[in-house]
Parts: sequence; structure tokens; C-alpha cells
Amino acid sequence: MFDLDLWREIFQSINMNRTRSLLSGFTVAFAILLFTILFGIANGLQNTFAEAFIDDATNSIFINSGKTTKAHKGLQAGRRIKFKNEDFDYVKEEFGNKVEFITARLYRNVQASYRNEQNGYNLRAVHPDHQFLEKTKIKEGRYINQNDVKNRTKVVVIGRLVEEDLFLKTTALGKYINLSGIQYKVVGIFTDDGGDNEERLIYMPISTAQHIYGNNDYIDQINLTYNPEMNYDQALSFGNLITRKMKDRFSVAKSDQRAIRVRNMAEGTKAVSQMTFGLSVIILVIGFGTLMAGIVGVSNIMIFIVKERTKEIGIRKALGASPRSIVSIILIESILITAIAGYVGLLLGVGVLELVGPSLKTYFIKDPGVSNSLVVGATLTLIIAGAIAGYLPAKKASKIKPIVALRND
Amino acid sequence: MLKINQLHKSYPIGDSSLHVLKGIDLEVKEAEMVAIMGSSGSGKSTLLNIIGMLDEADSGDYILDGLLIKDLTEKKAAVYRNKFLGFIFQSFNLINYKNALENVALPLYYQGMKRKERQEKAMFHLEKVGLADWAQHLPKELSGGQNQRVAIARALAANPKLLLADEPTGALDTKTSYEIMAFIQQLNDEGKTILMVTHEEDIANMCKRIVRLRDGVIMEDKKVEQVRAEQYV
Repeated sequence: MFDLDLWREIFQSINMNRTRSLLSGFTVAFAILLFTILFGIANGLQNTFAEAFIDDATNSIFINSGKTTKAHKGLQAGRRIKFKNEDFDYVKEEFGNKVEFITARLYRNVQASYRNEQNGYNLRAVHPDHQFLEKTKIKEGRYINQNDVKNRTKVVVIGRLVEEDLFLKTTALGKYINLSGIQYKVVGIFTDDGGDNEERLIYMPISTAQHIYGNNDYIDQINLTYNPEMNYDQALSFGNLITRKMKDRFSVAKSDQRAIRVRNMAEGTKAVSQMTFGLSVIILVIGFGTLMAGIVGVSNIMIFIVKERTKEIGIRKALGASPRSIVSIILIESILITAIAGYVGLLLGVGVLELVGPSLKTYFIKDPGVSNSLVVGATLTLIIAGAIAGYLPAKKASKIKPIVALRND
Repeated sequence: MLKINQLHKSYPIGDSSLHVLKGIDLEVKEAEMVAIMGSSGSGKSTLLNIIGMLDEADSGDYILDGLLIKDLTEKKAAVYRNKFLGFIFQSFNLINYKNALENVALPLYYQGMKRKERQEKAMFHLEKVGLADWAQHLPKELSGGQNQRVAIARALAANPKLLLADEPTGALDTKTSYEIMAFIQQLNDEGKTILMVTHEEDIANMCKRIVRLRDGVIMEDKKVEQVRAEQYV
């Protein structure tokens, strides 16, 4: 039941004992503020780290071809290995159940122009899966799709900076861009977290590029991501399996390091994930430490408050207050103050992060921030800690004989 | 109104214990005004506290208004205190962040009375002690005598059967003491039973009966001719 009188008592007590209320509120607010800021900065560090190491999918495998360095099965060294569509299909068929996304890549340099603006760019001709491998984010329009590959449509998806360079302030979507003399329709504009170079790219359907640049079915590279549920060891042996099969397919010696090169991101991922784990532990320790400091602060204040109010408790008891009403009045007051102060601390912390966050990028702190559930959880922890820290002395105080409490000056 | 039989109370002091009340027998009838006297350490305050249910006796019976007060739970003691007893303390014991009206209304709050009714009743009692104009003032803005009158109004607010006063004039100068005593006498005239602890002879003589304690036993219990306090005011 909502007891208006009880709340009146509590608000009066808070209002008339402002120093006490402000002091305990300040402790809580400060603890949450520190917690938010420290946690936010730690998260920012982790963001920077994540960005530096894991821009692209971490479960990627890149398959490249080169010249053989060793004679094998009657074939001479120095033979150039060239992947074709059938090799792409082979990988797709052979390892289909272990592959998440797969794409071929063809690289070209193109001169792109729109009206009076022109510039040289790297062109990547790809399959639709490429979007997920590269973690490309579509800003406008769409990515290359299966239809484009099938029909060899003359469409391109351009990076944000390409649009900026060539189309100046206007939108590129739906317009035609000239690549080395041929007009392509811009069907999408993308962004990428990988930095400026990644946003100065042009994507084209693989089949279109093969048709236009040489009318063959060569491809430069096969990229794939393996099933993310594979663990580190499985991923490594999967990479080795691909290497072996491809070497067999092209009659390349097992010891030939150049002809078929398979780069497995899993090898680097382990170190990265260990460091990320280390960072998370540090973050956890920081958060836990601040929270503990806050809990100790709140507990101290609650014990002090109950001590200070002992005489008042005695008076109330002499006038007929039940132990329960004594406990509830102290407890609700403490919970109220902690909750409000916690919320203020939270707002301040988030505000500070928002305010100084962008300027911290120089110090390797990117997008510092905390999840709402985390700060709310921290605040709740403090409230509960304050409630427990207040409950025990309040319970004790409600039990002492009024005469003892009254004597307390 | 009040009957006490062979009341004993001792306090532990280190390893030994101090026997404060050594078998007290006392009966107080309705509308009496009793002063409990004795030097410090005689056990007079302890007796008053036990009567006020602020403390518990070790052994012996205490019957208040036909009700045996024994082994009370905290909750029950709170209800009885609220219903039967009004307290006046030497140091007033007002809640310092509440104004006079709110202090007087507090026992009514614990009776579960509605706010409006509570305030009307509290105001009525404040008027009775002549402090209606000071209702919105905090204790620190009032004089000692005024504070004690607020305390008396508070003690009366719940309409208790028994008014207990522990050195009610102890912190006041003589003139104010007599004013307060005049007021308490007036309450007694109206039929309130009053029990008061004091060590001042002149204050005790303003009661109708004096009980003298020494070393935990009743030395003397006599009726006296009441000295009216009004004549000194």
C-alpha cells in the first residue's frame, strides 16, 4: 500500500537534513560517475584495439596463387598458377559445409570519372558474399547481388570517399560513373571501419569484370570465412586442408611456399583474442574496484546516519513507533537517496564521456561508452549495498531500548 | 490505575551487577499526582522508565490499567506506549527537524490517524499550552519553557491514561519551572494521572503525594498538601 504519510516523513527527513542527504548522495553519485568514466575509457581502449586488429572478419582465409618454385610431377618450376571460376566452384563444393561466406576477387586499377572530376581507384570484382567478409556497411542503395553476377550487369558499389571525390556534394546513387571508358550505374555507396583506403574502393560483379577485362574467367584470389563455431585448432587444420587440396589440384609440391598461399586469420586471432581477454579482465578489475569503494562509502555513511539518528529513534519509539516503521523509514530514505544520486552520477558520467569522448581518440580511446544495463546494474548494486548496510544498523537501532536511545546525545 | 509488586531491577556492571530496584511496591490511583524523589542512584529514574515501558524489570509484577505488562514484544510495547503513556523529558526530546505542530502530531501519526485530523488535534493541544502562534517554529527557535510546553502538548496529544515526567523542570529556570508546574497541576485538576521524577523539594511539594526512594527501596510514601504553582507565576 502506498503510505503517503510515510513518504512525507521521509521527504521531510531528507529535506531537513540536507547536509547528511547531500553527503551520502555525493558518495554514491561520485562512485557511479567514476565507475562510468573508468569503464567507458576502458571500453574505448578495447574499441581501438578491436578496430586495429579485427576490422575484417576474424575467421577469414585468403587463398592466393603465384609462381611455382619447385618442379613437381614432371612440371617445371616457374609455372604460373592462375585460379579460374571452376577453382572457385571447387572450393565452394569441396568445403561447402565448413564455409560460411565465400567470394572470389579480381583486382584492377581504374580511372574513374564523373563529369569533370576524375581519379584513380582500386577496383575489386567480387561475389555478393564479399560484403560480409569485408564487413562492408551499405550507406545507401544496395550491394552487388546474385543477379548482377548472373547477368554481368554493369553496376558498381562505390566507397563513401569515392562519392565525395567524384560527385562532390551530390549523391551518386543511380548516376553513371565512367570507369576507363565504360559507364556503370552506381547502385550503392558503402562505408567501412577499416579506414580511408577501404572507403576508396569500387566493387563490381566478378562476372562483369571478367567479361570486360580480358573476357576470361580468371580470378586473383579466393576469400572465405569458415564456420565461426570452429575452434582455434579446427580452424588451423581446416586452413591446412585447403592448402593441401589446392596444391594437389594444381600439382604443386607440398614444400612449395609460393605457388599456393593460404593465409589463415585464425593464426593471428589467437593472440588478439588473448589480449582482448586481458583487457576485459583489467576492465572488470577496475569496475569491481570502483564499485567496492562505492559500497564501502555507502555502508560507512549508512552506519553513521543510523548512529546520528539513534536519539530520534528513541523519541519515536517512546511515542509508539513500531520497530518496523523505524526500519522502513531509514531504509526507504537511504534507498531513495542512493537511487537518485546514482542516477545523477550515471547521467554525469555518460555526459562526460559524450563530451570528452571524441577528443580522446588521439589517446587510443575510441567511442568510450558503457552499456546502459551495466551502469544501471552498478547503480542497483550500490542501492542494494546501501540498503543492506543501512538495514543492519537500522534493525539494531529499532531493537535498542528507547531509554538507551534517548540517553544517546 | 497502576500497581507494582516486588519489582526488581539490576544492571550489569562489568562482572558484577548493580541492584538498582530492590523490591518496589507501589500503587497509584487515577487522578493522583505523585512525585518520586531520591538522590541520584536511588533508582527513581529506573522506576519511571519501567513504568513507562522504556525499560524492563527483572522480576515482579507491573499492572497498568488492569493489564499485566510483561514480556512484551517490541511491537506490542510500542502500541501500549502510544495508547497509555505520555512522556515529558528533562531535555524535551523533540525531533529537531520537525516544527512544533509536527512534533505534537507525531504520536497521532503512530496511531494511524489521518493527516488532517492529526493536525487539527495537534493544533488543539498546542493552543492548550498557549503556543498556537508558534506552531510552525522549529524547536531551536523556541525557548526552553516553550519547548517543554510543546513536549507536554505532544504527551497529551494521544490522550494517554498516564503522564510520566522525568525531571520536567530540570533544564528550566525557577520561574519557567513554576509555569510548567502550574500547567501540569492544571492537567491533574482535569483528571490526568501524573507521575513525576524530581529531586527538587519545591517541585515535589506541588504534587499530591511524594514517594521517596533510597538505595532501591521506598523509604517514605506520604500524601502532602499541594502547593499551587500559580501563586509564584
